[in-house]
Amino acid sequence: MTATLPERPTRLSTARAGLWERLGAIWRYRELLVAFTRTELKVKYKNSVLGFAWSMLNPALYLVVFYVVFQLILGSGIPSFPIFLLSGLLVWNLFSVGVSAATGSVVANAGLVRKVALPREILPLASVGAALIHFFLQAIVLFGAIVIVHYEVALAYLPLLPVALVALLLFSAALGVLLAAINVQLRDTAHFVELAMLAWFWMTPIVYPYGLVAGKLGPHAWLYLCNPITDVVLAFQRAIYAQVSYTTTVNGVQQVQQILPPGADQWWYLWHLGIVIVASAVLFLFALSLFGRVEGNFAEEL
Amino acid sequence: MTPAAISVRSVSKRFRLTHERYPTLKERVIHFGRVPSEDFWALRDITVEVPDGTTLGLLGHNGSGKSTLLKCIAGILRPTTGEIGTRGRVAALLELGAGFQGELTGRENIFLNGAILGMSRKELARRFDEIVEFAELEQFIDTQVRFYSSGMYVRLGFAIAVNVEPDILLVDEVLAVGDEAFQRKCLDRVADFQREGRTIVVVTHSPDLVRKICHAAVVLDHGSLVASGDPREAIQVFREHLRRTPPRARPGEPPPVDDRVRVTSVRFEHPGMPGRAYLEPGESLAVKVGFEVDAPVDDPVFTVMIYDAEGTLVHGSSTASESVALGHVDGPGEVTFEYAQVPLLDGEYAITLCVTSSDGAFIYDWQEQRHRFEVRDSQRNFGSVEFPVRITVDKRSARHPAAG
Repeated sequence: MTATLPERPTRLSTARAGLWERLGAIWRYRELLVAFTRTELKVKYKNSVLGFAWSMLNPALYLVVFYVVFQLILGSGIPSFPIFLLSGLLVWNLFSVGVSAATGSVVANAGLVRKVALPREILPLASVGAALIHFFLQAIVLFGAIVIVHYEVALAYLPLLPVALVALLLFSAALGVLLAAINVQLRDTAHFVELAMLAWFWMTPIVYPYGLVAGKLGPHAWLYLCNPITDVVLAFQRAIYAQVSYTTTVNGVQQVQQILPPGADQWWYLWHLGIVIVASAVLFLFALSLFGRVEGNFAEEL
Repeated sequence: MTPAAISVRSVSKRFRLTHERYPTLKERVIHFGRVPSEDFWALRDITVEVPDGTTLGLLGHNGSGKSTLLKCIAGILRPTTGEIGTRGRVAALLELGAGFQGELTGRENIFLNGAILGMSRKELARRFDEIVEFAELEQFIDTQVRFYSSGMYVRLGFAIAVNVEPDILLVDEVLAVGDEAFQRKCLDRVADFQREGRTIVVVTHSPDLVRKICHAAVVLDHGSLVASGDPREAIQVFREHLRRTPPRARPGEPPPVDDRVRVTSVRFEHPGMPGRAYLEPGESLAVKVGFEVDAPVDDPVFTVMIYDAEGTLVHGSSTASESVALGHVDGPGEVTFEYAQVPLLDGEYAITLCVTSSDGAFIYDWQEQRHRFEVRDSQRNFGSVEFPVRITVDKRSARHPAAG
């Protein structure tokens, strides 16, 4: 009938879609992923005067609070504390905002899920995508601080940043997709994630240095590195903050305080990020298959 | 032979009906993770082929599974067993404007919704003006959608959906929205689609719509396929199923009794009889409906509807609309519908007959277009309605004005 007939792709819908089919669908709908990410950002700041400036105000306020508490009141003594804090906080914000939003994404878009056919994985992925845009906006704050105070970053370690970002995105996406699927059937998940994020934040060396905890754990320090966010944060701190240790004088005695793992070179970081990437990739595939198992009934469950 | 655009192969869909939902962890723990549930088969072993470029009507009552089937074809639901193959881009109009973001402007929503329907930004930019024009929203395109009236909302939704150039269009009774002019436009668009050889599936419970636009129809009843094929036959099956499952039975009411009143004969009478079997335009016609009753009833309503060959309802009247009360009926009888003149032109006309209770809750008998009569025009007018016409000619010659 039409000349284009043979070119039209045939889609087969059965009880369950295979993993590769799901990955293919996500790829085919990549433009939608971008559109959803854009929408999430636009909707968030529609009708607000400051708009995207809010994104930047968030880390700025954190900075003030933690600076007052840790530097002025508790006197932690970490040199250039703002740079230290921001290098880790940026990573954390991407992760926590992305995963929290992703968890509720399918439920929040119930209208869409019930009436339109699309690979639903796009919804949690778009939440992580929106968090990525916020990350870049907040990075402007950090970048500004670095330029203003002429801070010296570790140039040799800068190539670690994109690798660390990939690891972070992959892990956030994997967790986001997994939790979004669970949240449809078990609405506790969203509340649980909220609390878990609070605990997780303090389990990650963001406001305090890694060296402090690793020193206490001694030979079990590797346990601490099992938190993937720690590996990513450390890479960011190593590249941007760039101070491995500092010396303080306690009662007239000079003491060396470790901030980052001592004697760790680029390869040490790369190795750890590599592990995170591989583990996240496995988790992502697992999340997709679980998502696929329950996705066929989303339209009725919501 | 062209391969089918949509092929549904022995598809079943099970819904798990939980009597009480325990969506939180606490409740699940309390009930030891066991959620009392019952299987409900919304679709049972459905097989349907929709050839490329044809329009299929899915007929059924509420809860017959027709919308579930449409959602399965659209890919919104996955079948529990069986498989569905679709060829080409599918656009589903289940709810116009599903996925609109109230906070965004019409312009932004066109891009978002287009992306949802699988269009690239480039394609959308190219078709943007056409979409806006079709939706008649030039003035409001940069207004947030949440300020739109429901009509504007729906117009924009439809405009986007039909402009994504789908190979397969799935429609769920959304055509019945908007003002009349827009409805007309929508139907025109559907006709365009048919001409362009696209495949359409329409879910409806309006047999008239099916008769008008569908090449084939499928009737679903409680998840099973009860008829498939020619629209006329499908509609007949649908109507006759309607009789068995009264639409307006309320809980607590006694179950409807079938066949309390049965139509036993239908006769046509017109002045030309018995010499000729057909009517001439403007002649009178009597439709005599003989009936029997199995159990006494009060005030049954007889309805006669006349359809033309295209399935358009030409005339409908009932004992209720003419305020004729039958009163208590406990024996056989005959109801005569007398039309003083039938101003119809050439063609075959069909009659649908139904007998219902006075409140419409029970359908005693329904005979869908089983009886036909024919009109033949001795003049050579055309169309379907006969108007008395007198033509006069006033001729003047331009060359010899004085010679008149």
